[in-house]
Amino acid sequence: MNVKNIFLFILPAFILITFFLALNKNNEYNTQNLIGNQLSDFELKTLDNEKIIRSSDLKINKFTLINFWASWCAPCRTEHNYLILLKKQKQLKILGINFKDKKIQALNFLEELGNPYYYLAKDKNGKASIEFGVYGIPESILIDRNLNIIMKFIGPLNEEDYKKIIQYINNNE
Amino acid sequence: MLSNIGNSLITINLFLTLSIIYVSANNLKNYKVISSRLFKLSLYQTTVTIMSFFTLITGFIISDFSLTAVFQNSHTLKPLFYKISGSWGNHEGSLLLWINVLVIFSYLFLLLNKKSNNNYKILTLLIQNILIFGFLLFLFANSNPFSLIVPAPLEGMGLNPILQDPALAIHPPMLYIGFVGSSIYFSAAISSLLSEYKGKSFAQSIRPWVLVSWSFQTLGIIIGSIWAYYELGWGGFWFWDPVENASLMPWFAMTALLHSLTVLQNKNALYSWVIVLCLSTFTLSVTGTFLVRSGVLNSVHTFASDPSRGLYILIFLSLMIFSSLFIYLKKSTNENYRLKGNSRETFILVNNWFMAFFLFTVLIGTVYPIFTEVISNTKISVGPPFYNIVIIPIIIPFLFFMALAPNLQWTKKVFTLIIILALASFLNLVIIYFFKKYSLLSNLIVISSIFLIIYSAKDLLSSLKNKSFPNLSRIFSHLGFGLLIFFISINHNFTIEEDFNLKVGDKKKFENYSIHFVSLKTDKKQNYKSITGIFNINNLNSLSTKELTPEIRIYSQPETLTYEASIRSGLTHDLYLTMSNISRTNIYNIKFQKKPFMLWIWISAIMISVGGFLRIFKNER
Amino acid sequence: MNKLFLIFWLYIFTFNISAKSANINEIEIYKNLRCLVCQGQSIADSNSEFAQTIKLVVKDKIKEGKSKEVIYEFLASKYGDWILYRPPLNKTNFLLWSIPYLVLSLGGLIILILTKKRKNTGNN
Repeated sequence: MNVKNIFLFILPAFILITFFLALNKNNEYNTQNLIGNQLSDFELKTLDNEKIIRSSDLKINKFTLINFWASWCAPCRTEHNYLILLKKQKQLKILGINFKDKKIQALNFLEELGNPYYYLAKDKNGKASIEFGVYGIPESILIDRNLNIIMKFIGPLNEEDYKKIIQYINNNE
Repeated sequence: MLSNIGNSLITINLFLTLSIIYVSANNLKNYKVISSRLFKLSLYQTTVTIMSFFTLITGFIISDFSLTAVFQNSHTLKPLFYKISGSWGNHEGSLLLWINVLVIFSYLFLLLNKKSNNNYKILTLLIQNILIFGFLLFLFANSNPFSLIVPAPLEGMGLNPILQDPALAIHPPMLYIGFVGSSIYFSAAISSLLSEYKGKSFAQSIRPWVLVSWSFQTLGIIIGSIWAYYELGWGGFWFWDPVENASLMPWFAMTALLHSLTVLQNKNALYSWVIVLCLSTFTLSVTGTFLVRSGVLNSVHTFASDPSRGLYILIFLSLMIFSSLFIYLKKSTNENYRLKGNSRETFILVNNWFMAFFLFTVLIGTVYPIFTEVISNTKISVGPPFYNIVIIPIIIPFLFFMALAPNLQWTKKVFTLIIILALASFLNLVIIYFFKKYSLLSNLIVISSIFLIIYSAKDLLSSLKNKSFPNLSRIFSHLGFGLLIFFISINHNFTIEEDFNLKVGDKKKFENYSIHFVSLKTDKKQNYKSITGIFNINNLNSLSTKELTPEIRIYSQPETLTYEASIRSGLTHDLYLTMSNISRTNIYNIKFQKKPFMLWIWISAIMISVGGFLRIFKNER
Repeated sequence: MNKLFLIFWLYIFTFNISAKSANINEIEIYKNLRCLVCQGQSIADSNSEFAQTIKLVVKDKIKEGKSKEVIYEFLASKYGDWILYRPPLNKTNFLLWSIPYLVLSLGGLIILILTKKRKNTGNN
């Protein structure tokens, strides 16, 4: 009988403790679990429709920052300065993917705020973003020369994110 | 001023509750007579509690934004009806409603239980008031609707527009009479263990309470589904969302309890199991509240979550579980059952068996993501596919058992059984022949639900013939359940859903319908702006045209966008249309649904609860 | 024996009259996917930008002839298992899928024991 009683107490205790731990844990959904995976191959048209950018093209860079953005996206404006700053990093090239946008408005945006993109591609219908595991705008993905995902940033880049990127690049010559 | 009144009433209530606990503890020493002070104190407690609730409602009506709850959930422009219902449509206000139900049930139990043992009654009052005290403390310390904002804001933050709906207004009070009302038989169960007031008398004393809470719980769940269908704009009525599951789990326990009480009352068996069910029902209610208000689960339901609330409820829940478990293990005795195979008792146990299965499935589906997140840091979703795959096949034997259980002579009348089974299969074939084929599982569901319907109808007819209705409530509820499953499966298999993009002026043909996007019009109302699409849906077979007008609403307090479905309900089917704008274009995404027998789904579901209410009124005589 | 034969025959019969799984129904897939930017809505029900994009991608994959499982696996590889409303059967979720049936078996066992007890307690 006593074994049964002990079990009857342990089971609810286990459940309640788990609930307690869950209270403090609550984190929002993010795709941080993708870190470490390799990017799947892709082909994107450049914004001016002249060329095609392939995933293999990025392999010559030590690091690439892929940034999904749009002219109609307000938070994209707030993060743009950090992208301009990051342009100065020698080891890093930035691939901007213009998302569900109009070419004229996109170019106006860049003219107004500056163009940090070494590569400028477009994703007219948004389908390419799914290949990158993106679900909102803006989102940025830092990859290495083997196309492995090192960091993912959901939402606009802030000071902390910027510092993290700089630090990582400089520590991994 | 309202804040002061409210807080004073709560404080008085705290003291009254403590007094009741003290006086009842004393009364236990000599319980020949129930102290008249207990009656008086309970009456005062009830009065004070109801008054505090009216104080809060007043605050909403006059838009007194110095009260936090009013500020966070109301607005001067809100229509009066929704100002009032807004008082319980938020966390703090609903907690006050919880307390009202706890207190009113406590007083009524004391008042209306004429036959029971005094010791048992006083002990029930005592335990119920410990629960009341816990909730009052929670309200006062953590979730006080009367907490003051100084200086008082001039305007409130408004109430989420999708909550401004008549069905949603009465949904919480119904549900609370249900699962909060189950507190009284939780307390009664502990009291029964401690005072050793068992068997038939105990069953009789709690039976009306179980019946009332069950009937209201059923109705409350149905109203919630009706609201979801008409208001949320996806055309469904059950999503296995945590908040829905939180109301369903106590319902399974209550249904099992309702059935088992019959056995306890008639055969004086299953006492321990009945106690377990009594304790579990309210425990599940509090667990459900925890899951929904603490923020550990993502849900559609928008009670804003707060970990401190979660912590308090968790502590309360733990105390409840461990103390009831301790008392149960200490006081329960081994019972020896001898159950005949083909007996009412066995069939009722079978009902409990299935209820336990449904309960555990819903429970594990709801809480499993919490475990994976805490233990292995992975987030998983458990949605409708899981529940449908696990539960639906098991409904088939369940329906068969439901049909046979009340007809215990089925072993002698096997011939009747085969005839009815053949009839059910034949009717299923008729449906397939005239309409279309569906999956094997659906075939079995349709056959077994028709089987139950025929058996229940047979019982109903023989009751009418004999002009005696001993089991009318049971027949009604079982028939309702059979019809519900039948109509749901027909609805599921014959629903037509189409999703396409249109511009104003476009026409499109699909299945045997054509849709014409006639025009758009904009409008400005009391608290929102709307864009309405006018659509003509033409049925190419019957050549009838219906106009549907889905809306996009832009509210300003708080800033939200809602999509109002345009629904034309009919006896055979509903037409359901929603419209949304594809950003930065003039294209609209249209979702069209033709949903057979929706009205009959509601009618059959309501029949189930009507069975319960019939029984309550029968007992009153 | 006759009863069993009848039931068996009915079973076979219903098999013949049931629908075979037709082409992949895209709306069924949409219903099984969670809208990641919404508060508890499926891709089928959501009007969000993300939902519209996912619908396009799923439609493409159906045209390419991919099966439901492949599509779900693809999306789970990009967004995690959280996007699937039907939890996949793997090590993590094994208990989730098995406990209900354990409960069912246990319950059935208990009832069998309770109704068979008579044989044991009958003879003194």
